[in-house]
Amino acid sequence: MAKRIDVSGLNVFYSKFLAVQDVSIAIEPRTVTALIGPSGCGKSTFLRTLNRMHEVIPRARVEGKVMLDGEDIYAADVDPVNVRRTIGMVFQKPNPFPTMSIYDNVVAGLRLQRRWKEAELDTIVERSLRSANLWAEVEDRLGKPGAGLSGGQQQRLCIARAIAVEPQVLLMDEPCSALDPISTLAIEDLIGELKERYTIVIVTHNMQQAARVSDRTGFFNLAGVGQPGRLIEYDDTERIFTNPNEKKTEEYITGRFG
Amino acid sequence: MTTSAGIAPSPLRSQPLRGNRLPAWSFFAVAVAVFAVTAGAFAVTKLSGTVDYFVLAVAAYVVIQSAVAWAVEGRRHAKDRFATLLVGVAFLVALVPLVGIVGYTIHRGLTRFDVTFLTHSMRNVAEQDPNGGAYHAIIGTVEQVAIATIIAVPFGVFVAIYLVEYSRGKFGQLVSFIVDVMTGLPSIVAGLFIYALWILDLHQGYSGLAGSLALVILMLPTIVRTSEEMLKLVPDSLREGSYALGVPKWRTIVRVVLPTALPGVVTGVMLAIARVFGETAPVLLVIGTSASINYNPFSGSQGSLPVFIYNEAQQANATAITRAWAGALTLIAIVMLLNIVARFIARFARVRG
Ligand SMILES: Nc1ncnc2c1ncn2[C@@H]1O[C@H](COP(=O)(O)OP(=O)(O)OP(=O)(O)O)[C@@H](O)[C@H]1O
Ligand SMILES: [Mg+2]
Repeated sequence: MAKRIDVSGLNVFYSKFLAVQDVSIAIEPRTVTALIGPSGCGKSTFLRTLNRMHEVIPRARVEGKVMLDGEDIYAADVDPVNVRRTIGMVFQKPNPFPTMSIYDNVVAGLRLQRRWKEAELDTIVERSLRSANLWAEVEDRLGKPGAGLSGGQQQRLCIARAIAVEPQVLLMDEPCSALDPISTLAIEDLIGELKERYTIVIVTHNMQQAARVSDRTGFFNLAGVGQPGRLIEYDDTERIFTNPNEKKTEEYITGRFG
Repeated sequence: MTTSAGIAPSPLRSQPLRGNRLPAWSFFAVAVAVFAVTAGAFAVTKLSGTVDYFVLAVAAYVVIQSAVAWAVEGRRHAKDRFATLLVGVAFLVALVPLVGIVGYTIHRGLTRFDVTFLTHSMRNVAEQDPNGGAYHAIIGTVEQVAIATIIAVPFGVFVAIYLVEYSRGKFGQLVSFIVDVMTGLPSIVAGLFIYALWILDLHQGYSGLAGSLALVILMLPTIVRTSEEMLKLVPDSLREGSYALGVPKWRTIVRVVLPTALPGVVTGVMLAIARVFGETAPVLLVIGTSASINYNPFSGSQGSLPVFIYNEAQQANATAITRAWAGALTLIAIVMLLNIVARFIARFARVRG
């Protein structure tokens, strides 16, 4: 079951530095939302607050509300581990676990939830790898180390790993930035399939990609160096790319930025 | 060029792609020539001595080879050759004591390194007797170091995990500082500490265990330091990848961080073990010495290899000295064997997750 996310009045700090200011956004279930904007405007920072990943960074801090189907994920009695089981994440740089085989990488998140029968795991591994468009390439070497794959294959392995635990929401931070056009296309197709079941938020620097895969697009920008990033405009992707409300948005997507 | 945005002409000349290179055989030829000429110089002048000859010949070779390279290949290649030669010479010089010690110990130790030596104790063996062996000492040392390892490894690794994964602030820095200080602790101090605390204050007797406790003190800082460095080398992106799957922190440490750092941690543990294997002073202080077999490390004096070597080497008798060399060979052999085993452990632990 995909879930909806409602963010209101979100500020994110790195110790005293306000990195992202006053973001409010509503993300519908079973949609793909693209976040675009210039480098350093806080897209990754914002994305990481959606599953409390920023708490890993010392002295990072959040104000405001993030609701997952009406539940505040920052409420005092919420366990961040459970939040992350519900909201998965794929990172910009592929990070397969180097000591684990391809197979073990895929089931790494599952193994801790409960005991599994070998056959069950086999099914999940095949399904996840097929979804991530990697099955054909690794089918005969599942026992080999995951780190022995090419960069693009590693990234698809990380996607397989993330969807194996069946999260309700999948966050992707520039998942294709290190990939060739064919792998990129494979992952875009995958995103199209995944949105039947999951809510997806993807950060990308690739305008065509945002236009191709997303239903809604959010444009982040910052007023100047040292200023916090803000959500400038958030609307249907079609509208953002054809007739945006804000002048800044139009300048950015047409490449006349500065 | 004129003013404004014009790019200044480059001061660099374009370099030819080809140039003269020294053929491989020329290095051999120069070496033979330099060593022969130096030998000649030693024969006709007042120069003498083997060490002097080698020092002079090697220095002359480095200089002359570089000069030849300068003449044939040019300045940049000559600098490269010179640096390469220096590194090579340093490597060989460093190798001399290592190979020397191992080679000489093997040479001297093999005379008595036999089945009798490995299976008999020194009970009722006089110093001039040709038989006798180190079995009691091997048993003692292996037990003592094993107990020390069993205590020190989990402790050390846990402290390292605490320092890297959990501590944020003053207390962690304090622990870190204490560990650094402990690294330089002389082994006799560790022995005295256990002697004062365990034997005098707590009225425990001499035992292998007391020795193990002293060894633990010596092993801990090495294990903590190396494990800490290895854990720090594990990229944060791996931890984040694990957290993002909803894996709790402790499980991330056990399943992702530790396995990734394992080869380095094993190396650190091996260094610590190798260090304490030959420790004599603390062992002598709190275990005492024994010529007979005592399998029980928890009560009574035990033999140990370093003390065995120390005792035998002190006798003014050739058969005893031979036993000391055989003991030294045994010590080196055990440490090497452990190293090989540890490497296998590290390799096999790596493959599966
Ligand atoms: N760990 C951190 N500690 C302190 N400041 C940080 C940290 N990570 C990011 N920042 C700062 O927060 C701001 C937003 O960074 P963020 O990584 O979210 O940008 P981004 O939009 O993802 O950029 P890019 O497109 O280059 O990935 C930047 O000014 C950055 O310097
Ligand atoms: Mg980013």
